[in-house]
Amino acid sequence: MEFKATREAYGKALVEIGKIDDKVVALDADLSGSTKSAEFRKQFPDRFFNLGIAEANMAGVAAGLALSGLKPYASSFAVFITGRAFEIIRQSICYQNLHVVLCGSHSGISVGEDGGSHQSVADIALMRSLPNMKVIVPADYNETYQAILSSLNMDGPVYIRTSRAKSPVFMQDEPFEVGRSKVVKEGKSATLFACGMMVYLALEAAELLKGGGVELEVVNVSSIKPLDRETIYNSAKKTGRVFSLEEHSIIGGLGSAIAEFLTEELPIFVHKIGLEDVFGESGSKDDLFCKYGFTKEAIAERIKEKLNG
Amino acid sequence: MGEFSNLEKIARDLRKDILIMLNKAGSGHSGGSLSVLDILVALYFGGIMNYKPEDPEWEDRDRLVLSKGHACPALYAVLAKAGFFDRDLLWTLRKLGSPLQGHPDSKKLKGIEASTGSLGNGISQAVGMALAAKVLKKRYKVFCVMGDGELQEGIVWEAFMAANHYKLSNLVVIIDYNGLQIDGACNQVMNINPLKDKLEAFGFRTYEIGGHVYKNLIDTLTTAKRNVISPTAIIARTVKGYGVSFMANRVEYHGVAPADEELEKALKELDNGV
Repeated sequence: MEFKATREAYGKALVEIGKIDDKVVALDADLSGSTKSAEFRKQFPDRFFNLGIAEANMAGVAAGLALSGLKPYASSFAVFITGRAFEIIRQSICYQNLHVVLCGSHSGISVGEDGGSHQSVADIALMRSLPNMKVIVPADYNETYQAILSSLNMDGPVYIRTSRAKSPVFMQDEPFEVGRSKVVKEGKSATLFACGMMVYLALEAAELLKGGGVELEVVNVSSIKPLDRETIYNSAKKTGRVFSLEEHSIIGGLGSAIAEFLTEELPIFVHKIGLEDVFGESGSKDDLFCKYGFTKEAIAERIKEKLNG
Repeated sequence: MGEFSNLEKIARDLRKDILIMLNKAGSGHSGGSLSVLDILVALYFGGIMNYKPEDPEWEDRDRLVLSKGHACPALYAVLAKAGFFDRDLLWTLRKLGSPLQGHPDSKKLKGIEASTGSLGNGISQAVGMALAAKVLKKRYKVFCVMGDGELQEGIVWEAFMAANHYKLSNLVVIIDYNGLQIDGACNQVMNINPLKDKLEAFGFRTYEIGGHVYKNLIDTLTTAKRNVISPTAIIARTVKGYGVSFMANRVEYHGVAPADEELEKALKELDNGV
């Protein structure tokens, strides 16, 4: 099994689309080495702009570039690009429905040692709440790479969430379609909807549950907005039991999106697994995942409990 | 008749349009619209800006970003006069379905370069547009009109820093310095001075002029267009509510539209050139 960080895919794909389209410009806020936009700077120094530690202005500048016919890609840590620049993303980018791609790297608690100040637990909720914004949380390196390539031809604003930590590369390297979810493992006992590096963890939990006779269906919901209503509906209808798993607060993220949709279309219990309205803290990624319940054992246990309860 | 009497005449007519628009809307920002108007008239009718009303998206046009979006009645009146849309549309200001939104909306109205209203947003977009001109090798200029109170927003200084860093000599910032904001005098609410020193320290070639004197406006804007070294800032000293005696320098008229009798009185004053 190969392990790679999704942020690496951002850097690589950015260079690729820079070659395809000379209207692509990249912006960063002093974190280009970490977000991997520095790869683009090396290749296209005239189309890269560091805006310094000023995320709000970076978002506004991106809007101005988009209004002038360029295709800006702006990156920073997820916690800063969505939080510090929120108001500018709202008024200058989303309100004008501009094609600006925002990449938030270092999302969730897998940031690790930097601690709670740098761990974004609410970025999906923030971005999802804005009209016109698309929210994409790819499951692995391959899907991130494809999502960035595909973002070149999307309309309007896009938020793509990547991670610092390496995670298994397991998705097919095939074109990404926004608004499409993929059933990555079929099952009939219950559905586990997951996003980001949690998808692989979901598959591992499904393996564990198999022994106990639970056939878990796992769906990769990398497109949180727009949501693939059909795939989600069909899976929930088939299994009748729904779980969600995300490296994000259970308030406003993937689980909320699924629950909001299903309450209208298919009233059903939705059990959300994620961060329980808490901030993260310092520690290694593995220690943090243990503490906050992001291990295959803990996830399998919770699902088993609920199914038996 | 003075050298700029034609611009003064246009401004007098547009002040009347602004007041009628606001009166019909029943709400909106009178004071700032009247203070900023001469700046906009100088830009659009004083031979400063290149634009084609019949082709609003002409790629070589100069851009105007009204960062103090609440003063949009003035911009709407100017754009109608310039031929971007029919003057009758002015009377739909702030009404449901009108492209003349309470704050400028680039998606709804031709001639609006950027949606603004939440203060500080315009200048960052203007910096982006000026930066784009460098990437695209275009010679257009970007004019950003800001309020003085607006300068209290932190993003403004982030944007100024970037403008200097990238040597955006194609960016001209004009500050409608009327000295008042909603809660009172700017320098009592939150002091922005010494403003000229601050702008110069941020790398702007900075001018301080009378914002209702056309000779000053035209001369300074012409000089600013020729600057190839650094961004330019023009502190235009204006009077909030300029042109209407009972609104002039009155903070009460920041966000209030004239009632019928006030409108009548104001129009009479403007007709008589009080």
